[in-house]
Amino acid sequence: MDSAVITVLIAMLGGAIRVSTPFMFVALGECLTEKSGRINLGLEGNLVLGAMVAYAVSFLTGNPWLGVLAAGGAGLFLGALHGYICKLPKVNDIAVGIAMMSFGTGLAFFFGKPFIQPTAPRLDAIPLGDWTGNPALAQALQVNPLFFVGIILSVIMWWAFRNTKWGLIVRMTGDSAASAKAMGVSVDLVRFLATAAGGFLAGIGGAFLSLYYPGSWNQGLSSGQGLMAVALVIFARWDPIKCIFAALLFGAAGAIGPALQSVGISQGYYFFNAAPYILTLFIMIASARSKGAAREVPGELSITK
Amino acid sequence: MTADTADKAATKSSAGPNLQLLRFAESITIPVLALVASALVFSVFLLAIGKDPITFYSLIWTGGFGSSFSLQNTLQRAAPLILTGLAFAVPARIGLTMIGGEGALVLGGFTAAAVAIPMVVGGVPPFVTLPVMAITAMLTGGLWVGLTGWLKYYRGVNETIASLLLSYIAIAIMNFFVEGALRDPSSANKPSTMPIGDAYRVGNIPGMDVHWGLAAGIILAIALWILMSRTTFGFAARMTGGNARAALAQGLPVGWLMVVCCMIAGACAGLAGFFEVAAIHGQANASLVAGYGFTGILVSFLARHNPIAVVPVAILFGAIAAAGGVIQRRMGMPDATVLVLQGIMFVVLLVSETFYGRIKFFQPRSTGDRI
Amino acid sequence: MSFSLSRRSLLRAGAAGLAASALPFGLARAQTNVILGIVYVGPKDDFGWNQAHAVSVEALKALPGITVVEEENVPETDAVAKSMESMINLDGANLILATSFGYYKPFVVDLAAKYPNVTFRHAAPLWNKDTDPANAGSYFPYLNQAHYVNGVAAGLSSPTGKIGFVAAKPIPSVLSNINSVLLGARSVNPNATVQVIFTGEWSLPVREAEATNALVDAGCDVITCHVDSPKVVIETAEGRGVKTCGHNASQASLGPKGFITGAEYKWETIYKSYADDIAAGKTPPNFLVGGYNNDMLRNTPYGAGATPEAIKAADAAIEALKGGAPIYKGMLKDNAGNVVVDKDYDNYDPYLDGMNWLLEGVQGSIT
Repeated sequence: MDSAVITVLIAMLGGAIRVSTPFMFVALGECLTEKSGRINLGLEGNLVLGAMVAYAVSFLTGNPWLGVLAAGGAGLFLGALHGYICKLPKVNDIAVGIAMMSFGTGLAFFFGKPFIQPTAPRLDAIPLGDWTGNPALAQALQVNPLFFVGIILSVIMWWAFRNTKWGLIVRMTGDSAASAKAMGVSVDLVRFLATAAGGFLAGIGGAFLSLYYPGSWNQGLSSGQGLMAVALVIFARWDPIKCIFAALLFGAAGAIGPALQSVGISQGYYFFNAAPYILTLFIMIASARSKGAAREVPGELSITK
Repeated sequence: MTADTADKAATKSSAGPNLQLLRFAESITIPVLALVASALVFSVFLLAIGKDPITFYSLIWTGGFGSSFSLQNTLQRAAPLILTGLAFAVPARIGLTMIGGEGALVLGGFTAAAVAIPMVVGGVPPFVTLPVMAITAMLTGGLWVGLTGWLKYYRGVNETIASLLLSYIAIAIMNFFVEGALRDPSSANKPSTMPIGDAYRVGNIPGMDVHWGLAAGIILAIALWILMSRTTFGFAARMTGGNARAALAQGLPVGWLMVVCCMIAGACAGLAGFFEVAAIHGQANASLVAGYGFTGILVSFLARHNPIAVVPVAILFGAIAAAGGVIQRRMGMPDATVLVLQGIMFVVLLVSETFYGRIKFFQPRSTGDRI
Repeated sequence: MSFSLSRRSLLRAGAAGLAASALPFGLARAQTNVILGIVYVGPKDDFGWNQAHAVSVEALKALPGITVVEEENVPETDAVAKSMESMINLDGANLILATSFGYYKPFVVDLAAKYPNVTFRHAAPLWNKDTDPANAGSYFPYLNQAHYVNGVAAGLSSPTGKIGFVAAKPIPSVLSNINSVLLGARSVNPNATVQVIFTGEWSLPVREAEATNALVDAGCDVITCHVDSPKVVIETAEGRGVKTCGHNASQASLGPKGFITGAEYKWETIYKSYADDIAAGKTPPNFLVGGYNNDMLRNTPYGAGATPEAIKAADAAIEALKGGAPIYKGMLKDNAGNVVVDKDYDNYDPYLDGMNWLLEGVQGSIT
C-alpha cells in the first residue's frame, strides 16, 4: 500500500509538471489582461490555434522553437483582435471572448487538417531527475524549458506589478479607469496591449500542448484547458505567483484519475477524472468570501461586478 | 450590454410610440446589416482559399431552407438551440454570464430517462410518464443552475466559472450512472439507460417531421419574453442587471431574483435534455453531450438576450448546421468551415453592438440625450 | 428485396442531380448509378478510426458508376439521421454507410424503415434479421483477433511480461481487445499480465498521455491501446523507451525503436465486396462480419521492437486464426474469480459480443 501511495504521489508530481505548463501560460496571460480591467474568455481559441500553428510551423521548418514563436504570434493576433473590438463602445468583452474562442478553434480546425498525421519535431526536455535512480521519478522530473519560462515570467510579472511604472499603470487601469484617465493614461491602449500580450502567452501555452505534452496535433487536443485556465486566475486571486501554484495543483489533480487506476483503484474513475473541476469549485466556494478577496479583484472587471 | 438593455427598457416605458418604433427598426436593421457584413467577410475568406462564395451561399439556402425537407431539417436542429439559447438569455438579463446550459441539459435528460425506468417497467401510461419526465428534467436542470445563482449571490463565486465547472461535473455524473448502476445490460457497446420504448416517445408535430421540442421552445420563448419585458419580476430582474447595487439599495430581493433567473435557465436547458431523451434517443447516454448548451450561448448573444429573438436566431443556426453537411458533400470543404463562419458571424455581430444609438437615422430629434 | 434501383429512387436521384449542378459528375453518364453516402463520427483525417474508413472508401471512388458523398464530424444524435436523410433527399444516395456504433439505434433503424429503397449498412455487428428492416445491415471485422496477435508478439517481446493497455471505455468491443491481448500473451508466456487504464473518452490526448505514463511507471514495458487515435499513446510510450503495439491503422512510423506490430482493420475488403455486389446487380449481404479467416484484418508489418521468436509465434498465430482457431477456450475465470468462459467459443459466437468481464490476469475494473 505504501508503494501505491508513493506511485500516486510521484504520478501527481509528474502530472503537475507535465500538465501544468499550458495552464500556467494561459493563466498568466489572462492575469495580465484582467489586471488591466478586461476579461478575455476566449483564450481557449488562442490555445488551440497556437497549438495548431506551432505544430504546423515546426513540421514545415523543422524548428520547434520557431513553432513556439509562431504560436505566440497566432495568439497575439487573436488577442489584438479581441483588444481592438472591445475598445469599441458598448461591446461586451465576455461575449467577444466567447466569439474569439469559436473563431480561433474554427480557424485551427480548418487549417489544421493536413497536420494531424505528420510527426513534427518536438521540444526537448531537461532531464533533472536522472540522479534519483528511480525511473518513475526521473520521468516525473523531465522538465520542459517552457515550464521554467512560465515560472520566471510569473515572478517577473509579480514584481513588475508592484515595482514598475508599467505595472502600476496596468493595475490602475484595471482598478479605476477614471483615475487612470485623470493621470493621462490611455485606458484603451493599455487594455489593448494587455489583451494582445495575454493572447501571445496563451498561444505559447498551445505550443506546449502540441510540441511537448502530449506532443501531437489533433482536434481533441485541448479539452477545455484554455477555459479552465481562465477559471484558475479567479481562483488565484489575480496573483501571478498564485497562478503558478493553481496550475500545478490543477495538473496534479488531473493525474489522480490515471494514477489511481494504475495502482488498482478504478471504481468511479469518472469522478477521479473530474477531480480538477470538483477541486476548483470547492476551493472557489471556500475562498470567494475570504477577507482579502474583495481587495484583490481589479475594480473594473466586468466578470466580478 | 445588460446595462444598456435595462436603460433602454427604462427609456422605452417612458417614451412615446415614435421612439419605440425607431428602437424596433434599429434592433432589426443593425443585426441584419451585421449578418450581411459577416457574409461578405466570410466571402473574402472563401475567395482566399479558392472557393466560390455564390455556390456556398446557394448551398446554405438549398440545405437550410430550399425544400420542405431542408426546412424541417433546419427546424429540428433549431429545437434544442431555442431552449439552450433561452437558458443563457434569462440569466444574461439579470447580468449573469451563465454558461452551464450544457450540464443542465445533460443532467435533465439523464434524470428524465432515470425516472422513466420504474414507470415504464411498472406500466404507467405515457400520458402520465412523459409529464413526470419533463418536470423531473426541468427541476433537475433548474436546481443545478439555480445552485450557480445561489453561489453567486450568497458566496460570491463567479457564475461563469462555476457554471462551467458544474457542467463538467454534470457530465461526469451522467457517465458514472450510465456506465454503472443504471446501465441497460443490453446496451453493449454504447452504455445507455434502459430504452423507454416507442410507446413512450414524444412524437412529431402533426404534419411535420419535427418533434414537439420546437413548439415547446417557441411557447417558452414567448412566455419568457412576457415575463422579462412585461412583468414586475422582469423589470426588477433587468434593473438588477443594470446595476445590482442600486437594485439592492432600492430593496429589491437581488439574491432571490438571481436564483430564480438561474432556475428558469436550468429548467429550459433541462427541458431540452428531456426532448433529446424522449423525442430523439429514447434513452440517456453520452450522446446527450452534443454541444447544444454551448451553441445556445452564441444564439443568445446574437439575439441580444431577447427571448423572442432567440427563435429566429436558433433557426438560422439550425439552417447553418443543416447546410453544413451539404457544403461538405458538394464543395468538398471540411466540417470546420461552419465553425469559421459561425466565428466570423459572432465577431461581426458583436462589433455591430457599438452602432446602437449611434446611427442618426434611428435617433429621435426631440432628445439630444444619447443612450 | 433486390438492390437494383427502383424507378422511384432513380427519379429522385435524377431530380437531385438536376438541382445540384455543382456535382462534378453527370448522373446520366453513370452505369450502375450507385450514389454512396458515408457518415463519419469524427474528422476523416483523425489518424484513427475515421481515417481507416476514409482511406478504404478511396478504393471505391475509382470504380466506374459510383458517386461518393461524405460527411464528417456527424454526432450520434438526430444530426446523423438528418445527414443521412439529406444525402437521400438532396444527393439521391441509395447506399448509406454509417460508420459509428451509436448511429445504429434508433437512427439507422428508423431511417431504413422510412426509406425502404435505400440500402443501409452499419459498421458494427448489430443487425437483427428478426427485428430490423431488411434494407439495413451490418458489417464488422472482429479486431480482437489482431489484438490477440498483438498479445502473442508482445508476450515474446516484453522482458517482464507486463503489458499496459490504454482503453477508452469499458464496453464489450474494447474489453474483448484487452482480453485477447492477455490470451495472446499468455499463450506464449503463462505469467504475462495486462494492466488497463480507462480514460473514459474516445479522444482525450492529455489523459491518454497521462495514462501511458502511469502504466510505464507501474512497470509495463509494452503499451497498447484502444482509443480513437492512438498517435499520442504510441509516441508517449516510444518516448519513455518502452515497446508498443498499434490499433486501428498503422502506427509503425511513430515508434522507430519500440514498435512491435499493430491491429488493423481491412475495411477495403468489405467495401470492395460491396462494390462488386453492386456492379453485379446484387444486394450486398445484410450481415458481413469476419476476421483473419476472410481477410478482414491485418497486423502491421513487424517493427524494431519485435523479437525474432515473437515474429515467428505471431505469424503462426495468424495462420491458426485464418484456420478459425478459437481465442476464448474454456475454462477461463474473470479477475473476480467467476468462470466466464466454460467451453471453447467460436470467434464469432454472440456470447462474446456481450462480454462484460476482464479475465484473470488483467489488472483493472470495468466499473
